[in-house]
Amino acid sequence: MRVLHHPILGDETRKIDATIIVDGRKIPAIEGEPIAATLLSAGIKKFRETQKNHKPRGIFCAIGRCTDCVMTVDGIPNVRTCVTPVKDGMIISTQKGLGEWGGKK
Amino acid sequence: MKTTDIAVIGAGPAGLSCAVEAAKSGARVTVLDENLKPGGQLFKQIHKFFGSREHRAGIRGFRIGQQLLEATERLDVQVLLDAAVYGIYEDRLIAYITDGRDHTIKAKKIVLATGASENALAFPGCTLPGVMGAGAAQTMINVNRVLPGKKIIMVGSGNVGLIVSYQLMQAGADVVALIEAAPKIGGYGVHAGKIRRAGVPIYTSTTIKEVLGEEKVEGVITASLDEKWQHIEDTEKRFEADTVCLAVGLSPLTELAWMAGCEFTFIPPLGGHVPIHDRNMESTLTGVYIAGDITGVEEASSAMEEGRLAGVACAESLGYYNEKQALALKNEIWDRLDALRTGPFGEGRFTAKLKQLEARRQLA
Amino acid sequence: MMQKTGVIYQGFRSEKELAEIPGVPSDERIKKGSVAFIECAQEIPCNPCEEACPYGAISVGKPITNLPKLDEDKCIGCGSCIAACPGLAIFLVNASKSKGEVSFPFEYYPLPKKGDEVDCVDREGNIVVKGKVLRIIKPPKYDATAVITVVIPIEYIKIVRSIKRLGRS
Repeated sequence: MRVLHHPILGDETRKIDATIIVDGRKIPAIEGEPIAATLLSAGIKKFRETQKNHKPRGIFCAIGRCTDCVMTVDGIPNVRTCVTPVKDGMIISTQKGLGEWGGKK
Repeated sequence: MKTTDIAVIGAGPAGLSCAVEAAKSGARVTVLDENLKPGGQLFKQIHKFFGSREHRAGIRGFRIGQQLLEATERLDVQVLLDAAVYGIYEDRLIAYITDGRDHTIKAKKIVLATGASENALAFPGCTLPGVMGAGAAQTMINVNRVLPGKKIIMVGSGNVGLIVSYQLMQAGADVVALIEAAPKIGGYGVHAGKIRRAGVPIYTSTTIKEVLGEEKVEGVITASLDEKWQHIEDTEKRFEADTVCLAVGLSPLTELAWMAGCEFTFIPPLGGHVPIHDRNMESTLTGVYIAGDITGVEEASSAMEEGRLAGVACAESLGYYNEKQALALKNEIWDRLDALRTGPFGEGRFTAKLKQLEARRQLA
Repeated sequence: MMQKTGVIYQGFRSEKELAEIPGVPSDERIKKGSVAFIECAQEIPCNPCEEACPYGAISVGKPITNLPKLDEDKCIGCGSCIAACPGLAIFLVNASKSKGEVSFPFEYYPLPKKGDEVDCVDREGNIVVKGKVLRIIKPPKYDATAVITVVIPIEYIKIVRSIKRLGRS
C-alpha cells in the first residue's frame, strides 16, 4: 500500500508511470523506485524461496546488505531488489533457490 | 588515474559533513557511495533532531540532508554514486565498481564513513517475509512511501524502536505493541510518551517466542522474561500482526577498515569491534580517518560532528589550515560532541569513546 | 506482579515525576490562564524550547542536559514552545474559564477540523473524555507540526494530552 498522504512529507506528488511484470502479473510502479517498494505497494512480500528447504524470504535490511530480497530481474538472478531501481517493462520472477541465468526457473 | 585530496567513503551524515567541512578549507574532496542517491540514512529521519542550535536541533533530519547536499554542490564536492568501494590498497589507492566496471582513485587522505547495519534476532519464524529491520521499514515508509504492513509489532525500545513506531503510525499503519526484553524502556521517555498516548502498549521483560505464518507473518506469540532472561511459563500472549520490526541495535560496517589494516578494539556499548582512532579521528593507519557509526554506533548528530572533525583534521594535515585555525575549529566540535554525550543517555557513550581513545594511547 | 510506575517503565511520566520536574506550572498559575506545561523528565541533550520562548520563560542553560525550567510568571501561554520541542513533550493548559483548555502537538494525518467533537486521550492513549476542537494552528514555522487546542471539562486538563488518531478514508 502506498502512503499517499503524510502529515510531515505531504501528499505524494510522483505519478505511477511504469509497469513491471512479476511472475506474469502486471504491477503499476514508479520509475526509479526500488523494485522492493513496488512489490510492497502491491502487497507482495515473498520474493524468493531458499535453495534446500524452499522457505520463503522477503525484505530484511532494505539497504542492500543482507541479500534476502534477491529476485530474478530481466533474466539475471540474485538482483537485490531493495537497491535496484524500477525500469518500465522489467520482467521479474520469484527466485527459486540460487536462480538461473535467463530466468528459466 | 583519478586523484583527489580527500576521498570520503560513504555519503551519509558523517561523510557529507566531513566533505563539506574539508571543502570549506579549499581541499579537493571526492565522496564515493554505493547507493544511487546520497544522504545515507538521513532522508528517512523525518523527526526533529535533538541537541542545541549548533547541532541543528529542532530541524527534521531530511531537511538537514538537503542542506548538506546543497553545501556539497556549492563547495564543488565531487559525489560519485553507484560507486561501491571494494578495496583500499597501498598508498591509499581505492578500488570501486560503478555500473559493473572497475575504477580506481588515489587519495592523499581517506575518510571511512561507512555507517552501520541493523542487527537481526533469532526466533522461530524470524526469516518469514514480514520480519524486517525497523530501519528497513522506516526506509520503506519515509523514503519510498510504501507501507510494509498494516499491523506492526515492534521489538526493541531504544530510540530507533520508539521513533520508527511513531513514524509507522504517521504513515498510516497501526502498531499493535512494542516489546522489550529488558525490564526498562531503553530510549528517551519523550519518544515513548508519543507512542503511548497514541495507544501503543509497551511490554517490558517480554520477548518473541514465535512468529506464526507459512508464507508471511500472520501473528506473533510473546512471552515474559524473568530476571535471568528466561521465558516464564504460561505468560504467552498472541497478537494478530502482519509485520515484525526489529530494533535491536546496529553494528558498525567495518569491512573496509579491517581490509585496509586498521587496528581494532572491542567495546560492546559502541556495537562491538570498532577501529581505534585518535582525537582527530585518524585510525591507526596514517592518512586513514574514520567518522560516524563505523567508529561506534551513536546517532546522526554525533556522526555529523565526527565527520566535521575528520574533515578539519584532514584539511589541517594537508596544509589547508594552520595549526591554530584547525585547533579553534576542533575545539568547537569537541565541545559539541561532549554536549551530545552527557546525561543518563550519553554518559555510557562518553565513557566508551574514552576507552577507544585510551586504546590508541596504549598502542602509541 | 505490580506494574512499576514512571517513565522508564511505562513510557510516560507518573504523577510523582511530574510533581518533581521544573517545567510544570503551579495550580494557581494554571487557574490564571494559559501556561506551558513541560513534561520533560529526563536529562537528554536538548534545548530548542529555551530559544523558542520569546519571553525568556524557559531556561535550560549549560549543560544542555538540564531539565527545562519554567518561569510561570514570565510565560504568557503563547505556545511557541510546543512545536519546537523535538520530543513533543510540551503542552499548554488553561483553567481560567468554566471549561478547561489543553493544547498539544499533533503530527498525524488527517487533522480534525475546528469545532469537531473528538475523543481525548490521556498519556496512555485511553479515551477519557470528549472534547471540542477550539483551534488548530500549523504555520510554516512549525514545520508540519500542528498544535491543536481542545476544550474539555476542567478536571481533565492535567490528564488529556492528545486525541485519538482519526481514521484514514
